[in-house]
Amino acid sequence: MSPQHGSQPIQHQFNPYSDNGGTLLGIAGEDFAILASDTRQSVDYSINTRLSHKIKVISPPVTKEMKLESTDIVGTKNSVLFGTNGFSADGDALTKAFEENWKWYVHDQNSNVETGFEFLNENNEEKESFMSMQSAARNVQHLLYGKRFFPYYVHTILAGLDEEGKGCVYSFDPVGSYEREQCRVGGAGASLIMPFLDNQVNFKNQYIPGTNSTERRKIEYLSLDECLKLVKDAFTSVTERHITVGDGLEIFIIDKNGVRSEYHALKKD
Amino acid sequence: MLSEFADKLQQNENVLQREAFGNDFKGMDNLAGNNKFQKLAPTIEMAPVSNPAEFLRAHTDDSKNPDCAIKIAHGTTTLAFRFQGGIIVAVDSRATAGQWIASQTVNKVIRINPFLLGTLAGGAADCQYWETWLGTQCRLYELRNKERITVAAASKILGNLVYEYKGAGLSMGTMVCGYTKKEGPSIYYVDSDGTRLKGDLFCVGSGQTFAYGVLDSNYKWDLSVEEALYLGKRSILAAAHRDAYSGGSINLYHVTENGWIYHGNHDVDKIFWETKESEKSFNNVIG
Repeated sequence: MSPQHGSQPIQHQFNPYSDNGGTLLGIAGEDFAILASDTRQSVDYSINTRLSHKIKVISPPVTKEMKLESTDIVGTKNSVLFGTNGFSADGDALTKAFEENWKWYVHDQNSNVETGFEFLNENNEEKESFMSMQSAARNVQHLLYGKRFFPYYVHTILAGLDEEGKGCVYSFDPVGSYEREQCRVGGAGASLIMPFLDNQVNFKNQYIPGTNSTERRKIEYLSLDECLKLVKDAFTSVTERHITVGDGLEIFIIDKNGVRSEYHALKKD
Repeated sequence: MLSEFADKLQQNENVLQREAFGNDFKGMDNLAGNNKFQKLAPTIEMAPVSNPAEFLRAHTDDSKNPDCAIKIAHGTTTLAFRFQGGIIVAVDSRATAGQWIASQTVNKVIRINPFLLGTLAGGAADCQYWETWLGTQCRLYELRNKERITVAAASKILGNLVYEYKGAGLSMGTMVCGYTKKEGPSIYYVDSDGTRLKGDLFCVGSGQTFAYGVLDSNYKWDLSVEEALYLGKRSILAAAHRDAYSGGSINLYHVTENGWIYHGNHDVDKIFWETKESEKSFNNVIG
């Protein structure tokens, strides 16, 4: 048969995924946690947008008093910082699904009891309804595993405060295996930043000088300022060496005062 | 008698379903809002193609397709053996996604209850999800029957579950280890092909051959508890050394008639040099 149009069978494959690049980073401190991401969204070599949001603050209502205390508060201390990286459509879908679950959960718990039903609340105190980080993480596992055979193409990181008020970060693989960690990087820059953070946050391969590499440096919590420095250095560095990372850096910080955000410009090339 | 009981169970099930889904029985397929959230386990969605298993393989199996988009974290060397003093369980803690070490701090032993342990090798999510699910099933059994579930029964619940999913693409190799008065200390190996074996000694994962090498040549039924713990740890160390997909640290457990006892987390880097020094072994390594 002569080579002509239609003589060769063409194999089609269903490919519903694309890679939108970008990097997501979470660090847990003693009484705070940070979740940060770049704001570039790209496909192959083209940039879709220079200001996309990969992190959603899922928070109980921020009261007027809190706003009065500091104007830049975007969530309460009981918020869940929810970050996804990978295929942004799947990330958005997952974020939405979790947000809905979060709302139903908080609604069902109902610590804010309606007038007349105060007896339902032990000490009749004003309590904020929220979801613990442990529960949030388990719910995200169920959401991800619910698509075990048609996965969400995402790396997910949650940040918040645990039940003791300590900073916590949970990270997930695409189908829902998860672990609580001190720090985690997801997405395009993971292989560039994660080894740096292992060294700087968990003091991996650091030894006490003069001990001939026998005594390891003791792990201690970093301060918020130290962590923010690491985050900024990590992102400016990865921007230099990875094409899908850049444009802007969005940082969310959660502590006992609530959630606030910072924005820093990254290189636009 | 038995059929009456079964009828009652079925009725109960129907009532439960009506409570969960209201009168909308068709709603089971398109659950929404709170009902969807309150379901204990999600219904698992499939890709809308003629062969979902092939779709899954094309996009997630990095051994068949190194450029696949979704790299699922995989677990690695685990072992369990029976001896005079109970059961020893030892595992490493590395998770890999392709060539990338996704984590060095994975918890590969799932504490199903104070008398039952499950080990994790293969797909990290598959093991984590279904073994916690097994935990709920074991608890329900306890509440219904007023006694702890046997290791045989627990492992069979898991075995039947994975067999239902046979061919769909689950990947897990697990050992269900525990103690009951009826059975004594027992180990069942269950994997995603549907294999379920009772045995005295198993190593599972990419580093299994290395672990078997050390374990088989030093194993005796009459090992003391201390010797047995050391042998478990030493076997995983050998695997962590020779298998690139294994490493990180070692988690150790001892199962007795009073339940399991955790024997700590041991950093491979640290114990490697200690072992080399004290045993005068690992002479292939200079330093």
